[in-house]
Amino acid sequence: MATVVQDEKILEIKNLKTYFYTQEGELKAVDGLSYYVRKGESVGLVGESACGKSVGALSILRLIPYPPGIIVGGEIIFQGKDLLKATEEEMRNIRGNSIAMVFQEPTTSLNPVLTVRRQISETLELHRGMNKNESLQETIRLLKLVGIPDPEKRANDYPFQFSGGMQQRIMIAMGLSCNPALLICDEPTTALDVTVQAQLLEIIDDLRAKFGTAVIIITHNLGIVARYVDRVNVMYAGRLVETAPTEELYANPVHPYTIGLLSSVPRLDISKKKSLRIIRGLPPNLTRLPPGCAFAPRCDYAMPICKKEYPPLEKVGEEHYRACFAEISKFQKQEK
Amino acid sequence: MEENHIIEVENLYMYFPVTAGVMQKKVADVKAVDGVSFYIKKGETLGLVGESGCGKTTTGRCILQLYEGTKGKVSFEGVDLTKLKKEQMRKMRRNMQLIFQDPFASLDPRMTAGEIIGEPLKVHNLAKGKEYKEQVEELFRMVELEPYMANRYPHEFSGGQRQRIGIARALAVRPKFVVCDEPVSALDVSIQAQIILLLEKLREEMGLTYLFIAHDLSVVRNISDRVAVMYLGKIVEITHSDELYANPLHPYTIALLSAVPIPDPKIDRTRQRIILKGDVPSPINPPAGCRFNPRCQMAIDICREKEPELKLVGEEHLVSCHLVKSSAGIGNPPANQ
Repeated sequence: MATVVQDEKILEIKNLKTYFYTQEGELKAVDGLSYYVRKGESVGLVGESACGKSVGALSILRLIPYPPGIIVGGEIIFQGKDLLKATEEEMRNIRGNSIAMVFQEPTTSLNPVLTVRRQISETLELHRGMNKNESLQETIRLLKLVGIPDPEKRANDYPFQFSGGMQQRIMIAMGLSCNPALLICDEPTTALDVTVQAQLLEIIDDLRAKFGTAVIIITHNLGIVARYVDRVNVMYAGRLVETAPTEELYANPVHPYTIGLLSSVPRLDISKKKSLRIIRGLPPNLTRLPPGCAFAPRCDYAMPICKKEYPPLEKVGEEHYRACFAEISKFQKQEK
Repeated sequence: MEENHIIEVENLYMYFPVTAGVMQKKVADVKAVDGVSFYIKKGETLGLVGESGCGKTTTGRCILQLYEGTKGKVSFEGVDLTKLKKEQMRKMRRNMQLIFQDPFASLDPRMTAGEIIGEPLKVHNLAKGKEYKEQVEELFRMVELEPYMANRYPHEFSGGQRQRIGIARALAVRPKFVVCDEPVSALDVSIQAQIILLLEKLREEMGLTYLFIAHDLSVVRNISDRVAVMYLGKIVEITHSDELYANPLHPYTIALLSAVPIPDPKIDRTRQRIILKGDVPSPINPPAGCRFNPRCQMAIDICREKEPELKLVGEEHLVSCHLVKSSAGIGNPPANQ
């Protein structure tokens, strides 16, 4: 897996802030998010609903609907260039070309009144300047690549004639049509069955190995992260709480939220006798975030300082950072 | 009927007609449940897993007699439910309840939480006046909600809290048997664990029996004593939870288990992965012979011709596959647990 990863950073997000202005007030969906992706690397963004993982990804492509949403600050450096300073024209050249995105629900992201061929060849003609015949050949090649049987015929079908899994393959084919340097997959398999989920994630992983495409996988499924991702960023209430290489994170989590999340997931390899641990309480309302650490009200280790100040990211190991005031030795005692 | 079996299902069939044209003529059947037999023991949790469209929800609803046109026998404590008259069945429903998947669609938005939870008590004439109020409060506490929330409407609650309301409503009539239809799949990870533990606690306290329907095999392993795996309207394998995960025998079960990643890279990256080809075929026209044969790597001639029977291969371990003769399986290495 790790063979295609290079040292060069293809994407670096620094202190990104994306807020929404709603009737209930200012909603800080993403509030000071920083992370990076290397060439050919697969990076996971995990967290529960409304932790800002999707908004963070949509911000990269500047697809945040305005109003109510607005990127209020930060930098998004892609291939050495700050996308937040790019013109709309430049962005149009990047979207679908050097950065592509696979959305969560294929049923709603494909255009129902256009054939699959039209939808895929549009990108090819726009970004790669192909003529009708070239783009048709390329479309068929792409459909074959993602495992659509009988692509010559099926290219002329409409999205509703495909199953959910097949539709998501089409989305992936479309995403790959311009050999993007970065592919963002937003919950690519959440709406799908497990056997189909496995098929699609294998396709994405194979393509990454073949073409060296960097991949960001946004998911709430900690199993998918364990299987397909090199490095994990754990998000809570719009911020990064912990980031580490995958094996390190699972073996040695050092933020109470990560620890809680990992021990609250039912696992296939652990039987009924071992009970789950739970994180008490509910995720916070983003329009009324508490001062200090957003996780403090649910945290077993919260101290007075946690309710006043937000903990900065501190380094705890090689590429392993966390945002927490509590001493690490406390968690380890609890674990044993 | 064995004494400790609370539910027995024998040769259950449920076909939904497919109609076409102006005259709505029946042109085909969706064979949602196509000959299913199993039992549930008193006090246990039977997990029912399978992918979308395999008939698991329909099976649960057929047990509760929610569809007309169900064929086969469903017994509850020895009483054949299919033979009951409407009024008798209505009274019987007190003993068997349903918890729904979507906590946003299954609560009436115009009723308060208190009214929702109290309604079954009124319908079945179980409590009045002061007693009614006390029982509703008790139900709130039972699902770890505060009784002062009784005047709020569903939209004022989070997903997890709504699911608690749905659970309290189902348990209001003190049922013996509850069908839980994907009760946690719409919830966030940290909330899922809360609801699973709550269901487990209530089962112990109230002596409930569950049929737990879910597509998430990890959740099912965590909560079930025994697990049945469905594929295209049929049960392909049924056994004890630990046995199923340690020694899956049906090729479909093996592939299904290997498709679920384990949230621990050290363990997961050493597992064998079997990637199934293609999609689940349509239940309108299922393949001849074994329904899994077009996607099965082991399929031989007999699999395409003859439908396999569910047969006993170990202690309470039933498998429907021509190639599985004993609990040793087909002879290829089974997927790691």
